[in-house]
Amino acid sequence: MSSLTMRPCGDFRTSYKQDNTIFETKTIKNIAIITIALLCSAPYLVDAYYLTLFIQISYLGIAALGLNILVGYTGQISLGHGAFFGFGAFASAWMNISFGIPVVFCIPLAGFLTMGVGMVFGLPASRIKGLYLAIATLAAQFILEDFFARADWFSGGSAGSSADPINLFGFAFDTDESFFYIALFALVFMYIWGCNLMRSREGRAFIAVRDHYLSAEIMGIKLNKYRLLSFGVSSFYAGIGGALYAHYLGYVSAEGFTLFMSIQFLAMIIIGGLGSIKGTLMGVVFMVFLPEALEGGVGLMKMTEWGNIPMVVDGLAYIKEMAIGLVIILFLIFEPEGMAHRWGQIKNYWKFYPFSY
Amino acid sequence: MNFELLTQLIVNGLIVGLLYGVVGMCFVLVYKSTQIVNFAQGEFLLIGAWICWALLIYLELPFIVGFLLTMVFMAVFGILLQMIVLRPMIGEPIISVIMVTIGLSIFFQALMKWIFGVSAQSFPKVFETESIQILGLNIEVAYLMSTVIALIIMVAFYLFFKHSKYGLAMRATAFDQQIAQSLGISVKQVFAMSWGIAATVSATAGVVIAMVSGVSNSLSMMGIKVFPAVILGGLDSIVGAIVGGLIIGVLENVAEFFDSQYLHIGNMYDIAPFYVLLIILWFKPYGLFGTKDIERI
Repeated sequence: MSSLTMRPCGDFRTSYKQDNTIFETKTIKNIAIITIALLCSAPYLVDAYYLTLFIQISYLGIAALGLNILVGYTGQISLGHGAFFGFGAFASAWMNISFGIPVVFCIPLAGFLTMGVGMVFGLPASRIKGLYLAIATLAAQFILEDFFARADWFSGGSAGSSADPINLFGFAFDTDESFFYIALFALVFMYIWGCNLMRSREGRAFIAVRDHYLSAEIMGIKLNKYRLLSFGVSSFYAGIGGALYAHYLGYVSAEGFTLFMSIQFLAMIIIGGLGSIKGTLMGVVFMVFLPEALEGGVGLMKMTEWGNIPMVVDGLAYIKEMAIGLVIILFLIFEPEGMAHRWGQIKNYWKFYPFSY
Repeated sequence: MNFELLTQLIVNGLIVGLLYGVVGMCFVLVYKSTQIVNFAQGEFLLIGAWICWALLIYLELPFIVGFLLTMVFMAVFGILLQMIVLRPMIGEPIISVIMVTIGLSIFFQALMKWIFGVSAQSFPKVFETESIQILGLNIEVAYLMSTVIALIIMVAFYLFFKHSKYGLAMRATAFDQQIAQSLGISVKQVFAMSWGIAATVSATAGVVIAMVSGVSNSLSMMGIKVFPAVILGGLDSIVGAIVGGLIIGVLENVAEFFDSQYLHIGNMYDIAPFYVLLIILWFKPYGLFGTKDIERI
């Protein structure tokens, strides 16, 4: 995505097309391709533990991108993303079990089903905005959570429901190594799609609605349509992410998709950067590694003489939760534009070094 | 139809509704004077209740002393919170401010779980008798006390805002921050004060609820349950918060009654307010008493 970052002297854009490319320069494009190629060989190079982390990043990343399209690009707030993620997970498992649809088709279908549900809850969004919307989606979160726990035919109730692994041409993607490729493919596909969406007429309309919705409406952008559409796209992403999660774990239970999860998604995009696609991914990586880092840190502390405090060691789960809350607050106070912005600044510093003007 | 049970439930609903009204009032107070939607309201109840519990159990203070100490602590806590965390957020977009309060809510919820554990603790007995009979209805003494306290708080709010200098300053700030500032009102002070009051009064509600049903993490749900009430009443109306609280309190009990007697869907007590919330937002987003935004370019 072209952004407002400063460009070095001599780097002129002479056409609209140049200004609107996915990758700003050829180097960035090459780096992206090389990274993906390297990732393809990752199952042979790195530990299985890192593969599970990557798979986690990819399904969370897809859902978080959806939330960023809604929050960062359209300026609507959603506190129900975790529930939509869960809905996608259950919907995919349900369609697979009840109708025998192959999993490969279940995943996009689950996306569309979640899109429908998201749009129903987003209906008030066409009339209200800001904090009213936050509260409406909060209601959606609780209603959906209650629905998961209750609807035995859909989610298996409190027992949860099992989900088959993805099966393509007789090959089952049931190991971490094989699922890694599915996750990588889905991640790259959905991110490129997200980039392209933002370059299109709809994407520009979203941004106009965010920046000044009254002016946007005067310019002929239908507010209701685009707010609802943004809700739909965001839920679609959440549904896809959730479906991948379901078929990766092989089991979905109703307990996981709480308000806390929705807040974690919001934390990801705030830490990464609202309205930034690469920032979304940065935020997700940060949020996946944060608990791991804390665990590692406490593990190291436990080994030392002074650090083996039972309160800290036993309270690790709570410390992780506290860290998430703390990170949200600190980022909003000190770096409200997120990691993507900071990254741009670092890059610019070296680009203009030693003359920083 | 079981009328006796229904009346009992409605009375319970009114009592709980008054508490929703009190918490809702604090919420509206913060929203009106600082334009911040406080998602950490429930944590004020939680922190207040735990602090009071700890003072009573570990230090074995008499109830009144412990209660007053809790109030003082919460007032300081609310003011410090505003000064340290929320003052830098003035002028930031609405999503950032909402997210900061959500962050605070997560942080304090986890902190309380860490310090006091996850299991519910019962409050030491404050009253000798458990419940009394009024007009054939069984009413717990603690509930009766909560009603009295809630009414006292409401009257105090009224007197404070109508007849005190600070109340006038707060109303002026709520009306227009810039004009208030140019007339010599310290807006900073007003902001800090409104957070202090909100924290203290919410903590009172927290202690009262804890006396009836024990202290546990679920107290923070009150902060979320209060949303249907304030949206129903209108986000910027204090009277609306009280009326909304009463309606939601009665509604959840009535929903529970019809569910247990006829529908058997289950869990209606918790979920019904949110259905109502969604319906209100669909048809009357500014609530019963709220002022409608008029925007100009």
